[in-house]
Amino acid sequence: MKKGRVWKYGDDVNTDVIFPGKYTYSVLEPEEMARHALEDLDPDFTRKVKSGDVIVAGRNFGCGSSREQAATCLKYAGVQAVIAKSFARIFFRNAINQGLPVLQSEEAVDSIATGEEIEIDFSSGKIKTKKGVFTFSPFPESVLGILEEGGLIPYTRKKLKGKK
Amino acid sequence: MGKTFSEKILGSKAGREVQAGEVVTVSPDRILSHDNSAAIIKEFKKLGVKNVKAPQKLVIVLDHIVPASSEKYASNHKTIREFVAEQNIPNFFDVPNGICHQVFSENGFALPGKLILGADSHTTSYGAFGAFSAGIGRSEVASLWAVDETWLRVPETIKIEINGKLPSGVYAKDVILKIIGDEGADRANYKAVEFTGEAVKRFSLASRLVLTNMAAEMGAKNGYCEPDEKTIHWLEDRAKDDFHAVTSDPDARFEAVLKHDISSLEPQVACPHTVDNVKPISKVEGTGFHQALIGTCTNGRLEDLEVAAGILNGKKVHPQVRVLVIPASRQEYLKALKKGIIETLAEAGCIILNPGCGPCLGAHQGILAPGEVALSTANRNFRGRMGSRESEIYLASPATVAASSIEGKITDPRKFS
Repeated sequence: MKKGRVWKYGDDVNTDVIFPGKYTYSVLEPEEMARHALEDLDPDFTRKVKSGDVIVAGRNFGCGSSREQAATCLKYAGVQAVIAKSFARIFFRNAINQGLPVLQSEEAVDSIATGEEIEIDFSSGKIKTKKGVFTFSPFPESVLGILEEGGLIPYTRKKLKGKK
Repeated sequence: MGKTFSEKILGSKAGREVQAGEVVTVSPDRILSHDNSAAIIKEFKKLGVKNVKAPQKLVIVLDHIVPASSEKYASNHKTIREFVAEQNIPNFFDVPNGICHQVFSENGFALPGKLILGADSHTTSYGAFGAFSAGIGRSEVASLWAVDETWLRVPETIKIEINGKLPSGVYAKDVILKIIGDEGADRANYKAVEFTGEAVKRFSLASRLVLTNMAAEMGAKNGYCEPDEKTIHWLEDRAKDDFHAVTSDPDARFEAVLKHDISSLEPQVACPHTVDNVKPISKVEGTGFHQALIGTCTNGRLEDLEVAAGILNGKKVHPQVRVLVIPASRQEYLKALKKGIIETLAEAGCIILNPGCGPCLGAHQGILAPGEVALSTANRNFRGRMGSRESEIYLASPATVAASSIEGKITDPRKFS
């Protein structure tokens, strides 16, 4: 079980408000990306976020651009997971490829309030909130492998090394 | 039970029969990237391999910030040029060429039946030619460069049947905005969208590109139009490879069939700050704005510039607005130049910028100040996208943007047709 404090947002949180386009080709270091996380959605976020915090949101989280920094900036800001009612597909892939767990559970999202402390059990697929315990489908093995290695780049690097 | 085009293309790539919902490991025919290639190169170098596995598959186009507007962007471009030379990547398009999706298409890389993956969300565009094409992220492209394969889930397909005849002054952009407004920004999340019906058949390839480009704004993995004689004709002298058309069987399983009749459609406008916040022009007419943009991968082609010039011919841009015109590519720019379209637009008071993405993603060439409003032919109007968090973006067709530029407020283009 891992504990985390919640930042809750609504539906259709898009990649431009998570990581503004004006930085996409000028900010290349992950630590610097983290300083702009959610800049156009919640200017308080980067000042107050703590390592281990969890983002909880409605439908279609991460819609819009394919920019992977939307996942990278959250991870390096200390976010340990994003729970949403649904994810936009490119963001979903990018998050896994960055080693950021993305969990889908409509019921959990409805039960969680901002600022609340919740617990997540990644191996059994459970989210414990004030109002109850909710489940999410555990990741398939291939995805777990990428998450465990901390992302696609270290995962591919290891796979390529194994082949030699 | 028949198969959808997605099941057929991904099945043939995977070397077996597949159905929607299955996960396949595939090797794409082409891999697109743009200015983000600099960041991809950085990831690629962490993989411990020396060479790109299939350099002939890569297509790299510099378009997002061209020419470079800062030392940082200039360094990114330089890194990319050096990498292209070192890895012998044959298909590199430097800053003069235009927006990647237009350049990729007009150079004959977007072909029926092909599997195309690109580090850009609007990679969905190439479905206009009957390809399966989807956007992916940077790490994935870096990994593809090294191993030349990735996994994809075979998507379910939503069929959107568009029937009826477009009224005068109404365009493909209005059609897709109406569809996105009705269906919502996540209706097609993870899904393929097949645009079909008599209206789509009548559309030019440029208009079909508007549909498949904006399929991304419904969350679609890929958009698609069935290739026909127009497609084949368009590809003559352009196609880089042999190809064969792949189409959905009549008895294929579709997740849904959505029908839209456009015979009485009004011009449509997407209002701030989501693409599915769509209203008919009658509801937003009179809204003031400061900057107009005619261009982008959605609406910067010859037919778009021609429509805008038809309305602005002999007129003047309203003194309180600035109008940016950005042809989608150098080829489209030259065609418009030779037809006198550029001259008409410049005489009306438009600012003609070089082909590229321009201010669409808020990096350069016309950033919005707090409190400013833009009216744009682009595909996205998210908060802060073109500059200040306190600015607003409305999306419309080139005709609506041109008519509004004369009046200095959102205006129904049918007045001018």
